[in-house]
Amino acid sequence: MNFFSSADLITALPLVFLTVWACILLLVAAFAGQRQGLVPALSLAGLLGTAYLLVSQMGLQADAFGGMFVTDGFSTFINIVLILGGVLSVALSYDYLKRMEIAKPEYYVLMLFSISGMMLMASAADLIVVFLALELLSIPLYVLAGIARGNLRSEEAGLKYFLLGAFASGFLVYGIALVYGATGTTLLSGVVAAASAGLEYPIYLVLGAGLILVGLGFKVAAVPFHMWTPDVYDGSPTSVTAFMAVGAKAAGFAALLRIFVSAFPSISEQITPVLYVMCAATLIIGNLLAIVQSNVKRMLAYSSISHAGFILMALVAYGNDAARFDVVSSALFYLLAFTFASFGSWAVVMSLEKSLGRGLEFKDYAGLFRRSPGLAMAMLVFMLSFAGVPPTLGFAGKFYLFRAVLEGGYVWLAIVGVVASLISAYYYLRLIVVMFMQEGEPEVARVPALGITAAVTAVASVVLFIFSGPLFAWASQALLRIF
Amino acid sequence: MEFLLQPLNLLTFFPVLGVLVLLFLGKRDGLSRWVALATSLLTFGVSLWVLGMFNAENPNLQLNFAYDWIQAAGWNIRYSMGIDGLSILLVLLTTFLSPIAILSTWHAVEERVRDFMIFFLLLEMGMLGVFLAQDLFLFYIFWEFTLVPMYFLIGIWGGAQRMYAAIKFFLYTMAGSILMLLAILWLGINQGTFHLPDLIAMGGIPPEVQFWLFLAFAAAFAIKVPMWPLHSWLPDAHVQAPTAGSVILAGVLLKMGTYGFLRFNLPLFPQAAVQLAPAMATLAVIGIVYGAIVSYSQKDVKKLVAYSSISHLGFVMLGLFALNAQGIEGAILQMVNHGISTGALFLIVGFIYERRHTREFSEFGGLWKVMPVYAVLALIVSLSSMGLPGLNGFVGEFTILLGAWGAGEGGALGSVWFTVFAALGVILAAVYMLYMFQKMFLGPVTVKANEALKDLTWREIAVMVPLLVLIFWIGLYPKPFFALMHPAVEQLVTLLQAAAIH
Repeated sequence: MNFFSSADLITALPLVFLTVWACILLLVAAFAGQRQGLVPALSLAGLLGTAYLLVSQMGLQADAFGGMFVTDGFSTFINIVLILGGVLSVALSYDYLKRMEIAKPEYYVLMLFSISGMMLMASAADLIVVFLALELLSIPLYVLAGIARGNLRSEEAGLKYFLLGAFASGFLVYGIALVYGATGTTLLSGVVAAASAGLEYPIYLVLGAGLILVGLGFKVAAVPFHMWTPDVYDGSPTSVTAFMAVGAKAAGFAALLRIFVSAFPSISEQITPVLYVMCAATLIIGNLLAIVQSNVKRMLAYSSISHAGFILMALVAYGNDAARFDVVSSALFYLLAFTFASFGSWAVVMSLEKSLGRGLEFKDYAGLFRRSPGLAMAMLVFMLSFAGVPPTLGFAGKFYLFRAVLEGGYVWLAIVGVVASLISAYYYLRLIVVMFMQEGEPEVARVPALGITAAVTAVASVVLFIFSGPLFAWASQALLRIF
Repeated sequence: MEFLLQPLNLLTFFPVLGVLVLLFLGKRDGLSRWVALATSLLTFGVSLWVLGMFNAENPNLQLNFAYDWIQAAGWNIRYSMGIDGLSILLVLLTTFLSPIAILSTWHAVEERVRDFMIFFLLLEMGMLGVFLAQDLFLFYIFWEFTLVPMYFLIGIWGGAQRMYAAIKFFLYTMAGSILMLLAILWLGINQGTFHLPDLIAMGGIPPEVQFWLFLAFAAAFAIKVPMWPLHSWLPDAHVQAPTAGSVILAGVLLKMGTYGFLRFNLPLFPQAAVQLAPAMATLAVIGIVYGAIVSYSQKDVKKLVAYSSISHLGFVMLGLFALNAQGIEGAILQMVNHGISTGALFLIVGFIYERRHTREFSEFGGLWKVMPVYAVLALIVSLSSMGLPGLNGFVGEFTILLGAWGAGEGGALGSVWFTVFAALGVILAAVYMLYMFQKMFLGPVTVKANEALKDLTWREIAVMVPLLVLIFWIGLYPKPFFALMHPAVEQLVTLLQAAAIH
């Protein structure tokens, strides 16, 4: 009996390559000894190789492993964002880990495994595979969060993330079980077929979908499943936070979008109100809590919650046939804009972090413009991009998102989003005020990798906005396979 | 390159050239000033060149440049620029006031001069873009972009409360703008384009939808103007801003609000404009009277000038919503007048503030004896601001009042009471301006520190002269200014009249 064919492997090639590479690297790490640069360099090589394979696969639409795995424009887009995030994470980590005296070769290997899990998530077309991917991406993240062994806050972050994450996984599995109970299958295509043929107990499908939403809502840090976020983001080493903020979010939304848009349109009537409330709550609570933070890392943590709320805005309209197309592509586009601004701002935060957890207060940023105008200007771009002020990519992202929302007919949600952007502008502006208008002598670590990352992402945030046509086109072609 | 050689693009992005030079220059303060001044003067030159090519007989957009910018994912966004009679005077006002404002900073800004100039030139670019953009998306980008440099000008070089004022300015304005963004999106989705001339030609927005879209756009513009009761950001921003910032804020940035009504609200939503004209005029008249009364009670000269702006812009709004040719033409001219007079007033305040570092009335008195040249200039500017016949303010306000009267019984406003109360505002303006003048300049010198004050320097006089020339020119011979805008205004009024019949 053939479990899979070589065609399956080719469809999943980028993922297979990265996973195998990570396994080999685990061995290399064991023998690397004093050559600290070896593993990160090889990790970068692995990521770039994966990127090459992804690009060569562009345009491919195929199923593999009996329909459990899909490669389509959507997965390719998410994967490229993930690889971009991976490359930036490695670039940010190397020097930072040495400075914080927590350099360990397994760090990079764990990161690669986590990325493999995220990539699998983007391609998963079966609920069991979603679960597998979730675990594969989460378990390395739990370890990474606590990798600064001996640092209490990092250990707390790891443990907290693990406990709550395990709890959330339970919800997901229970949801999957209910969906299976209702439809007799875990394949997304099977769920669609069963739902259109008529279900005996449709309520189980709704409940199952709700529990899946809980499980994935935890991963993307949507209110009310966000409680872990600030502590974990704050306690983890900042390089891990940067990776987590983008990677876990991208993967979580990949799964949410694929599952809900392709498998659950039939129950959108019941699910949409739930999403609506969740989205509005995420937008409002995330932003309100961000206002009161005096620590930049925590402020960014709460702001990332609110960005999850913005992406959820697109998802609210998923049941509307006219808007469905824009739901997916606007969410992807926003994710890309968020990726640039997020990594860039974390790079700036890392430049100012003196030792683990120190130098992160707002007041530590006073006078940054004088001390280091480049970093301050870059941070300005990221804050404007987060706030959605032109001329930045974040503005284009919001513009696209609001379009999806308006097309879906949710004018009030759009207004909630507008109010949320306004609130968010307040705390982003506050950081700008501190950096540009207050006097101070911040200590800035001059690390080329951080400076280059900040510069590249800042320039990308502006230039890609001016030439955003191709990017819009790419996001709009990142089609989800619809069954 | 072809892109930059288009006259309007060259005009808009010329200040950026100066920014690039400044970036390469390093932190040389003296040179930075000269580069910025030269850039703004050359930009003024470019705008005169544009004026030379402008055909005043033609009511339509001219010197158009359109380029398919984002044509993907169902977006139909164009980079589209154009100029017509509604905008040309405001463009010229912007390029005219910028070098004056830069010249006024010569000794007022001593710290981080290069950064100041960079932000200032970026602001000029943003303002020109606002007046020239003909695509809603592009317009919105320029519109929001102006916030950023202004935010820094207030926040870094402003007074003691500058950070509070900067954030308030930014958030207040952004609050209105993002409502407008939703309305822009609605138009883009339902009409399939963001291109303003196409949208106007298409028309066909149902009146009840027009009503809401009008309000969403008005939210952005009314805050910017600012119309009563959305004005509370203005005194803070003005008082905290450095002199050059105040000049540009009052001179040009506020006009972006009134221009927005003129360019977008009236032609895009004509039925809603007709329907809401009395309401808007009511707010305008309240603003006129309120601004005047509050001005009178101020103890700080700069605050007085700031509140007087609310009153003056009330006139502009009243003229616009008279919805007839006289009212609109008066409004456009009054935008220019206010830019000149209030810009000059802020300069006047700035001169004395640089000498004494205070702006309280109680600190002054009898300045005429100490600084006669300064006092004469201040008198002319004050008279111009209160609308003395023969000076520019009179022409604008009188035309507006005529327009509003004409729109009275049976017109867009439906009542002559608007005109009556607005005329009251003219009288009140005389009261507070003369009160200020008397307190500061007449009588004996009461404060010792004022006895040794030096009169204006040649640089300061040179800053004022161009403004004075315009004050008299518009006051005595306004015909060329009206001629520039007349055909375009006629066309707009025809459109509005057609809407009023429906």
